[in-house]
Amino acid sequence: MRVNMPGLLAAVLAMAACGTGSDAPRSITTVSWGGSYGRAVNEGANIPFAEQTGIRVEVEDYNGGLAQIRAQVDIGEIHWDVVDLEIADAVRGCDEGLLERIDITSLPPGADGTPAEEDFVDDGRTECGVGNLYWSTVYAYNADNIPGEKPATMADFFDLEKFPGRRGMRRVPKVNLEFALIADGVPLDQVYATMDTPEGLDRAFAKLETIKDEVIWWEAGAQPPQMLADGEVVMTTAYNGRIFNAQVLENQPLVIVWDGQLLDVGQVGIVAGTPRLEEALQYLAFATSAESMVRIARRISYSPMRKSGMPLVTTHVVAGVEMEPHMPASPANVARALRYDWAWWVDHADELNERFSAWLAR
Amino acid sequence: MAGNPARRARLRALALVAPLLIFVGVTFVAPLATMLMRSVHDPVVADALPETLALLEGWDGDGLPAEAVYETAARELERSNEERTIGQVAGRVNRVQGGLRSVFTSTARELRDARLDTGAAQDTWRGTMTAIDSAWADPAPWHALRTAGERFTSRHYLNAVDMERLPDGAIGRQPEERRIYLRLFGRTMLVSGAITVLCLLLGYPIAHLIARAPPGRADLLLVLVLVPFWTSLLVRTTSWIVLLQTQGVINDVLVAIGLVGDDGRLAMVYNMTGTLIAMTHVLLPFMVLPLYSVMRGIPPQYMSAAASLGATPLQAFLRVYLPQSLPGVGAGALLVFILSIGFYITPALVGGSDGQLISNMIAYHMQTSLNWGLAGALGGILLVGVLVLYMVYDRLVGVERMGLS
Repeated sequence: MRVNMPGLLAAVLAMAACGTGSDAPRSITTVSWGGSYGRAVNEGANIPFAEQTGIRVEVEDYNGGLAQIRAQVDIGEIHWDVVDLEIADAVRGCDEGLLERIDITSLPPGADGTPAEEDFVDDGRTECGVGNLYWSTVYAYNADNIPGEKPATMADFFDLEKFPGRRGMRRVPKVNLEFALIADGVPLDQVYATMDTPEGLDRAFAKLETIKDEVIWWEAGAQPPQMLADGEVVMTTAYNGRIFNAQVLENQPLVIVWDGQLLDVGQVGIVAGTPRLEEALQYLAFATSAESMVRIARRISYSPMRKSGMPLVTTHVVAGVEMEPHMPASPANVARALRYDWAWWVDHADELNERFSAWLAR
Repeated sequence: MAGNPARRARLRALALVAPLLIFVGVTFVAPLATMLMRSVHDPVVADALPETLALLEGWDGDGLPAEAVYETAARELERSNEERTIGQVAGRVNRVQGGLRSVFTSTARELRDARLDTGAAQDTWRGTMTAIDSAWADPAPWHALRTAGERFTSRHYLNAVDMERLPDGAIGRQPEERRIYLRLFGRTMLVSGAITVLCLLLGYPIAHLIARAPPGRADLLLVLVLVPFWTSLLVRTTSWIVLLQTQGVINDVLVAIGLVGDDGRLAMVYNMTGTLIAMTHVLLPFMVLPLYSVMRGIPPQYMSAAASLGATPLQAFLRVYLPQSLPGVGAGALLVFILSIGFYITPALVGGSDGQLISNMIAYHMQTSLNWGLAGALGGILLVGVLVLYMVYDRLVGVERMGLS
């Protein structure tokens, strides 16, 4: 039997072309912080985006850092498209060419029609990152496990005599050093100036030393509410939104202490060289629109970084509670807040990470 | 013609092992060589600022470099910013001296504007760069740049043993608060030794029991050893967390029977105790299996013979059984020790802050700080340590006697 080779070849090629043609379902991968925040982003941005555009959104979790992005860019095998970043990483990633530069004027206008470049608050814009939400690191306790007087200040977190028991802290130097200095009596506006001197750093480490034996170090944001609920620690530093969700959705008797909270801004960026750049840009514009920010902020207590979005956050979609009193940037809570100085940390993260590791291992 | 069939047989044999050789080469030798290379070789800064570094060769190190150096550096920094390598360059310099990252990145970013904005530009590039960041009026960034620009460097190895090159070129110890690796190497050796001893104490009787049990029961016992061996490492480690944590099963039982009070619950996990318990459990099969295979080959008649000649059971064990089981002890101990030196998942999960081992630091530098040069140097030292150990073992016991078969 003779096979018609050219005909067969044409048929095979035609079939292959179908597989890669424009009919293939388009999808992108977004990377976020998991847990209750991940769920809020999913419901507030990913699902509506998929419904509106037909582009499927795959979600992966991570705990911050640039290592995985660096590995993908170096190898040229990019499977993460959009990443929810800490601002220091957004700046470093931009300098190292790991992230795409974003033109803010290409983003949609605010809910009231204000152009995007005026709608975003100033401290939320970097070359490669688009601000999405204000979030903060606070400390929290389980009211059931602390009888009598409750902790109220940052100094109380470090006071083992007044409040004996284990503490939880994130296993990184950032935030912990700031908290230590605040607890040691450094005024909020002097914290970074103090950290800029060798004596100030020694002072921060010395303060941390006083509770070191009682600290359990956490890494994922979902751990602190769990540790409080289990009674593994009496107090722990935590992302404020995670504690909020445990309060309103799981009815845990957890209490946030806002004194000395470290107010930070979240960033969304696109991994450099992604083959799905067009879809990624589309997603970024959608996820950082005022409407998406509001939808997320109605599911977890992180407030929008677009001015037009701020007044639109009303109540929690499930629990119905007013969101405003739970937001880190609300007037009552922000009174004793320290603004995270990411520029300082971009410069000093390497040496302090090393020193922190050395200190932990001692 | 006589040599031909033999040669063909050799070729065929070679063809049969070729896939394995290629596999080992690609997946083991090549990555190992790359990592070791990275620990001494770092071309990033040298490639980005070649002319500046060449000019810095002629700088005596006192005072500030000449204007020509500033001019060249300005041009090359600007280019590095355009090519987006400046982040990596600044990161390398920042590792030499903390705080310089933003000096380099912001200078590189703003130089272009300074060049365009001729009205505001200073007469000299030194003036322009100093206007952008006053750090350029100090020799410190230049010293750091010169160090980071070395293509071949010993600083990762120095760093890995808590040493550094002082500004005057001599080699000295790191400041006290940054010394970490020697302590961790020491701790890793100590912990691995302790785990080896624990595994031996626990594994020897088990192996003996299995070796002497009737076939049916021996199989059952062997399965009991192997089932944990086949279970996922993560599952076993996290199970230990469930058992050992403060509100965990063991503490609950201890409180229930009144052995400890509710406020005196034992801290058995997220510390060294947790690391020791979990790692001993994870590595136990690696001790039991070689011991068992050696013990099975020891005829039981030898012990009867010793007894019939008047030896007490203890004498018979010490002088007849133990010496014959030594190859198994050696193989098991070496296996467990070497595996625990490189272990990292278990200490990462249950070790807390004082149960971390050197491999956790290697993982940290690979994944988080992205200082692959230092990770390579730490790994290289570990590799040499294991090879030395292996040679000592070979000299003392003889590798060919190892009971791995």
